[in-house]
Amino acid sequence: MNSNPYVPVVSLTEDDFSNGKVLFRHDKLDARYAWDTGIAIGAFLGGLKGGVILGSYCATCRKIVTPPRIVCEWCFRPMRRLVQLADTGRVNTFSLCYVTWDVKRISEPEIPAVIEIDGASPGHGFLHKIGEISPTEVHIGMRVQAVWKPAAERCGSITDILYFRKL
Amino acid sequence: MSLRKVAVVGAGMTHFVRRAKETPQELAFKAVRVALDSCELTLMDIDAVCLGTAPDSFDGIHMNGEYLSQAAGAFRKPYLRSYVGGGTGVFVPIQGWYHVASGLFDVVLVVAEEKMSSYYPHAQAAFLTIFDHTIERPLKPNLLWIFALEMNRYMTTYGLSKADIARVSVLHKRNAADHPCALLGDPNITVEDVLQSETLAWPVQRLDVSPVSDGAVALVLAAEHVARRITDKPVWIEGVGWCLDTAYWTNRDLAYPRYVEMAAKMAYEMAGIKEPRKEIHIAEPYDPFDYKALHHLEGLQLAERGKAIELYLNGDAERSGNLPICPSGGLLGVGNPIAAAGLMKVAELFWQLRGEAGKRQVPGNPKRGLAQAWGDLMQVGTVIILGR
Repeated sequence: MNSNPYVPVVSLTEDDFSNGKVLFRHDKLDARYAWDTGIAIGAFLGGLKGGVILGSYCATCRKIVTPPRIVCEWCFRPMRRLVQLADTGRVNTFSLCYVTWDVKRISEPEIPAVIEIDGASPGHGFLHKIGEISPTEVHIGMRVQAVWKPAAERCGSITDILYFRKL
Repeated sequence: MSLRKVAVVGAGMTHFVRRAKETPQELAFKAVRVALDSCELTLMDIDAVCLGTAPDSFDGIHMNGEYLSQAAGAFRKPYLRSYVGGGTGVFVPIQGWYHVASGLFDVVLVVAEEKMSSYYPHAQAAFLTIFDHTIERPLKPNLLWIFALEMNRYMTTYGLSKADIARVSVLHKRNAADHPCALLGDPNITVEDVLQSETLAWPVQRLDVSPVSDGAVALVLAAEHVARRITDKPVWIEGVGWCLDTAYWTNRDLAYPRYVEMAAKMAYEMAGIKEPRKEIHIAEPYDPFDYKALHHLEGLQLAERGKAIELYLNGDAERSGNLPICPSGGLLGVGNPIAAAGLMKVAELFWQLRGEAGKRQVPGNPKRGLAQAWGDLMQVGTVIILGR
């Protein structure tokens, strides 16, 4: 009954690969997609192209949420009304990130943040970045405003907002 | 509900390593073999198999559950893979529990396997597809962002310091030094080491994070009438709970995991637990990052909001303390092969409650323990309570 329940495995190091001590097969998967934006996010992106941030309103819960959606998860009723929100807000939280998505080091940090958008119900916002600021100055609760791409360059993407800057 | 009592009767695991030569199938087989040996059963005694493994993108194998099936002992048996991201490791024994509690099967094998090292150049990039493809991925996010954002919100809301939170990492990695399977056990690590480690995405530093790992864990579950024939030390599954919050994570209170609270309350109610802080003797909260252990202890109602750190500061969290936390060494110390890491916590409770945890043994004959995992898009809580 008391046989050893811990079984060893063969642990490899980077050297085992570079010195050719183990065999392996390298390959790359090519997966391409064209994602439809859908009804609610499609409207949201259309709004961004026009320089406005949209939310959706639940008449039952009296909530305004962003990003907009077609169903309220609280009451499961349709959210039929889009509402124009301000392009200002407040930093809910942020990070100073010194690595890229593939774990390469960068010296000037990126500043991802959750921005609570003015006009939406408290605590409702979306992911974006903060710019035009020294990393040490960013703080939770800081008031910010969207910095937009020039209208001619906007294409209906979350990156139509370049970043948010301190207000 | 007329549910049958279900016991854990056997457990086994592989060592957790940064990169195993073994394939996912070979890892799964090794864990299953020792789990069956631990309770002297063979595959002929197994009625069904429940398997957990996290994203297919790590392995680059679509339908990874099907690929793993025969190595997990499921050849020509009822078999299903369940998946709730990082929460999988504690969900898969819940799945095993309802297979047996329902009366459908008497003996079920529960297997969790993860091989994160195949993805090139780093498994982190395999996580990118969890972000919304239209409104988040164009910002080129990385997985650290969501942890860093949640950690900052949590520590700022309650005014916690990085030095205090580092105590979690120190305790878990020290505990792991006593685990034969651990990847990052270190009996001498200090708070200074954590605070001086490389900053990845402030407030997250290198030693706040659990390591990418390969490994597998397996349990054997049995209905009461069978369990008592297999062992004189069955460990009962007394309660289970799980719950998902909204995937709109930027609309949520990041300082408090309400979904963990709801999962825990479901499990406490089933186990008849009224005062978890007195009735739970060992806790294995999910700790992929040090602050997450605190965040989850609060959701589990094992500490007041913002106060879980006190368990570490006053010594309660140590193995000899009032509420030992992660006596295994947790994900921070033993390693984090996603699904296998969660099931490792359940295996730890099994060994602890049977008095078989060796150097890791919590003193005082603990009678009841809780394990919890977390995952999906920061939205799922999975909870299991074992007792004897």
